[in-house]
Amino acid sequence: MLIRIQDDAHPIVPSEITSESLYRGRRDFIRAAGLGGIAFAAPAAFGAAPFSSIQKSPFSTDEKPTPQNSIISYNNYYEFGTSKDDPARNVGRFKTRPWTVRVEGLCAKPRTFAIDDLLKLAPIEERIYRMRCVEGWSMVIPWNGFPLASLLKQVEPLGSAKFVEFTSAADRASMPGLALPVLDWPYTEGLRLDEAMHPLTLLALGLYGEELLAQNGAPLRLVVPWKYGFKGAKSLVRIRLTDKQPGTAWNKAAPNEYGFYSNVNPEVDHPRWSQASERRLGEFGKRKTLPFNGYAEQVAKLYDGMDLRKFY
Amino acid sequence: MQTATRRPTAPARNAPRGPSNAQITLAKLALFVLCLLPLGWYLNGLWHDQLGANPIEAITRASGEWTLRLLLATLAVTPLRRLTGWHWLIRLRRMLGLFVFFYASLHLATYVWLDQFFDWAAIAKDIVKRPFITIGFAAFVLLVPLAATSCNFAIRRLGGRRWQALHRSVYAIGVLAVLHFWWLVKRDVTEPLIYGLILALLLGARAWWREQERRRQLAPRAAPLGKRIIPIVQR
Repeated sequence: MLIRIQDDAHPIVPSEITSESLYRGRRDFIRAAGLGGIAFAAPAAFGAAPFSSIQKSPFSTDEKPTPQNSIISYNNYYEFGTSKDDPARNVGRFKTRPWTVRVEGLCAKPRTFAIDDLLKLAPIEERIYRMRCVEGWSMVIPWNGFPLASLLKQVEPLGSAKFVEFTSAADRASMPGLALPVLDWPYTEGLRLDEAMHPLTLLALGLYGEELLAQNGAPLRLVVPWKYGFKGAKSLVRIRLTDKQPGTAWNKAAPNEYGFYSNVNPEVDHPRWSQASERRLGEFGKRKTLPFNGYAEQVAKLYDGMDLRKFY
Repeated sequence: MQTATRRPTAPARNAPRGPSNAQITLAKLALFVLCLLPLGWYLNGLWHDQLGANPIEAITRASGEWTLRLLLATLAVTPLRRLTGWHWLIRLRRMLGLFVFFYASLHLATYVWLDQFFDWAAIAKDIVKRPFITIGFAAFVLLVPLAATSCNFAIRRLGGRRWQALHRSVYAIGVLAVLHFWWLVKRDVTEPLIYGLILALLLGARAWWREQERRRQLAPRAAPLGKRIIPIVQR
């Protein structure tokens, strides 16, 4: 099979771009058509471009991105199983269309957004962020999305709103991991409003220029690059503005191990392992973990005067 | 059950003859190859870059799990002998035990070399500060004398009784190994729970049999001759 790499010399012409409905329906089509269908359906999978344009961002790191194959095959997404390779294997029945996100709580204009409207809500940017997992490994991920602030401004938060609560999907029929009470489902996360409005805080819809895959939190997820990865709630169905600090799934599961803030901090160890260093996937040695995962310049002032050992 | 007037004869005398020496040698050879298969699998995976996005984690985990599996296999030999009467199994146990030490050494080497890259300060800190590493390391230290005395010379030198007493520390090693796994997982303890249940079963069976034995030895004094009932434990 001929696989063409997109570059400047060989731009993809619009007539080659598969329509979205075809792109999304291709798996159903392959399944329906059986083996014989693959020959027809496979060409349709190439050239699908979900984002009409992607802007570069000054917030991007120039570090080398982790290969796409690693990002989509090594995941913590307990709703699909607790092994790293479970999510990619178990997402087959998870549907990300149709999809709506309810944005509500202490705001003037609560609203339900359809995913296709969200895709057009703000210019899509590429944000190449470091991602540090609380387990001691890290990646560099080229996300596509826009600042969460762009969405929150749409609903006009009230002055009384101090926190934002994020709720992930919990569909027992398509998420086998929900059968085990590993966490208090549905997965919830939370941010202080000023953290949520920070320009680094991203609502990610894509990765490597393609729409998110389910194992990475499709169709949309939170990315907070200066916090441990688990703060980035996946497959969001509800975003709620509130005046109280919301409970979060990992904090409820083990309050002495996972705090509300969970800022990346080499000085504060997890009770069962050191956070001083990390293994960047694809590298042999370990590297030193940076305060706020290297974003201290942008975010340290959010925590002025706070004891970060106490508010871990 | 049977009355004491017909004392049970020692089962070994009437039991069918076990496999010949040649057959045992063959079984040992097969077991040796079998025990090396996990190592071969992961070396091959490493060579062809098939161990996923984080191969060091995959190797650390695999070497640890195979240590635990072989440890449970070693501890299963005695109960299996009792249940099946296959006493020749004991002749394979030393090799299983030595492979436990082999995979435990690989596990430790992976941690020291691949994970920490000989950062001795960080390793010392880990051993002191992280409970799961503390007990994992303790289990390894306890394994060393067992591996060192796994030869006929050591048994002769120590005497059977002392040798056996020393090697009973494998029960503690089993408990430490399961705890090591338990404390390491973030949230989902299903796997360590399964290993823990198997270990509990293997150690529980020994405790139960020992209790039966104790009662049988007490029984003659408790009941007058002719009335006492001696249970036959299947061997």
